Amino acid sequence: MSERTLISPAQLGRTRGKILYWTVLAVVVTGFTVVFLGPLYWMVANGLKSTEEFARVPPTLVPHSAHTANYTAAWEVMDLARLLFNTLYYAFGALAFQLVLDVGAAYSLSRLRPVLGKAVLGMMLATLMIPAAVLVVPQYLTVLDVPLIQRNLLNSPWVIWLPSVTNAFNIFLLKRFFDSVPQEILDAASIDGASALRTLRSVVLPMSRPVLGVVSIFAVVGVWKDFLWPMLTLPDPALQTLNVGIYSLSTGVPENHLIAALAMACAPTLLVFLVFQRNIMSGLTAGSLKG
Amino acid sequence: MTAPTTTLPVGRAVRAASKEEFRRAFKRNLTAHGFLIGAVLCFSFFSWYPMVREFLLAFQKTEGGATRWVGWDNFRHVFQDPGFWQAWRNTLLFTGLALVLGFLLPFVVAVVLNEFRHAQGYLRLLVYLPVMMPPVASVLLFKYFYDPGYGLFNRALEFLHLPAQDWLQSGDTAMLSVVIASTWMNMGSATLIYLAALQGIPGELYEAAELDGAGLLRKIWHVTVPQTKLILSLMLLMQIIATMQVFTEPFLLTGGAGPEGSTTTVVVLIYQYAFSFNQYGGAAALGLCLLVLLAGFSALYVRLSRDNES
Repeated sequence: MSERTLISPAQLGRTRGKILYWTVLAVVVTGFTVVFLGPLYWMVANGLKSTEEFARVPPTLVPHSAHTANYTAAWEVMDLARLLFNTLYYAFGALAFQLVLDVGAAYSLSRLRPVLGKAVLGMMLATLMIPAAVLVVPQYLTVLDVPLIQRNLLNSPWVIWLPSVTNAFNIFLLKRFFDSVPQEILDAASIDGASALRTLRSVVLPMSRPVLGVVSIFAVVGVWKDFLWPMLTLPDPALQTLNVGIYSLSTGVPENHLIAALAMACAPTLLVFLVFQRNIMSGLTAGSLKG
Repeated sequence: MTAPTTTLPVGRAVRAASKEEFRRAFKRNLTAHGFLIGAVLCFSFFSWYPMVREFLLAFQKTEGGATRWVGWDNFRHVFQDPGFWQAWRNTLLFTGLALVLGFLLPFVVAVVLNEFRHAQGYLRLLVYLPVMMPPVASVLLFKYFYDPGYGLFNRALEFLHLPAQDWLQSGDTAMLSVVIASTWMNMGSATLIYLAALQGIPGELYEAAELDGAGLLRKIWHVTVPQTKLILSLMLLMQIIATMQVFTEPFLLTGGAGPEGSTTTVVVLIYQYAFSFNQYGGAAALGLCLLVLLAGFSALYVRLSRDNES
């Protein structure tokens, strides 16, 4: 990297600068490893300890013997496979709904410009002003008895999927991206006789990969991290998400089993994150900077 | 458009053309609304209608299935609840502490990381790891660390010959403990956003500042901060809006109340009103108070981010 920053290369080149640089770097690397990786290590290690060793004071740094049975017991007792499957099912369902409906809406508002489109967009953006926590209670009462269709959505995946579509931020992000697609390309498509759907599918979407990536990450991470809404709307233990399931089972299992369960609950996304970290991190910053 | 053959009666041609145009416009609108309808329905049911309902609920009372209009009664009732003022104090304390830790710390970390020529990718990865963890896992983890008996934090303090703390068990430190956990869990995203912003600062500005004899702190104050001002102010607003709505961390770490109610935030109180006391009206009234307070910040945020684009 030749890009210069706060501290000049000349200063860094001097012996004193070099010593300082490497000292600070060493301190930060050690500190960060302890602060951010330490808890993960603690989780994995304590999940391996026996009940007796877990309670020992002072605690042992490395478990004396590996009780992998904790992990298998926690996996079965807390039914982690089901919780994990539920969470993925909700997350990718929400992703599909958001991709289809939000992309459709953004494309319509950006390119097809229907009558009242501006008003609809304005009303969507207005929801950004309403703090999400304020809407939880009326939203909950609404899904108990959805007006017109008179259906109770509690304990059904729709209760996660449909409200996730009401993401004005995503629509805004997508619309702005679609706005930037050159009109000539769309004109060319329409001269070739492409329908609106065909233009969206074959011209606009292939050009929008970066923004679709950002929206997808937001959609999946949103469901993955949510707690209050799924806790309220999915009371059936068999249908719960990872967050809610672990929370409701956390008091009934031995501590070392619980910690083993936590370690396993963190493992899948951490693995996904390590594999896709470059895309995830660039996607996140791109979204936040432009949004 | 070329004029049609003049032999035809003009009126009919125009009528035909406008009819054709109308038909086309109608079809175009039909397609456009077809693309829009799914999202609009979702918004109607799960966003716009609940918004209206929130306003209605705040002035209604539901008893045994019957709903009755009670005017400002819910507000009066909520204001008289001593827990109301405590919840606001707790929330403001949380927001204040979170601004010192959660707003400042990521910036400092980003400024330091940006100087490194080595291990930057590794450090970025580390600081972002907690963001990817399920929040309940992080919270339960911190519960173990905070335990006054075998908890890791008190062991560390002991090692440093510092007095042990009660952490979540004492009204004085409970909120700070919640903020520390919350910062650990969330600081990754802010740090990455700041890092991206810092990388956009032209290096010549620092060179120019050096020629003027500016030291490290002056360079930060006169170059780094002004250059990232827009992002900083957006993040500040976002932080305020988010922290005033904090729920998961206090709810999970201290069961919502904490010692002497020291961690009951406004949203925790909304939750209690709605789902423990079954007073939806009170919950809605509280929600409206929060809405009024935060609407200003939200408006400012939307305004600033619009400026940011143009």
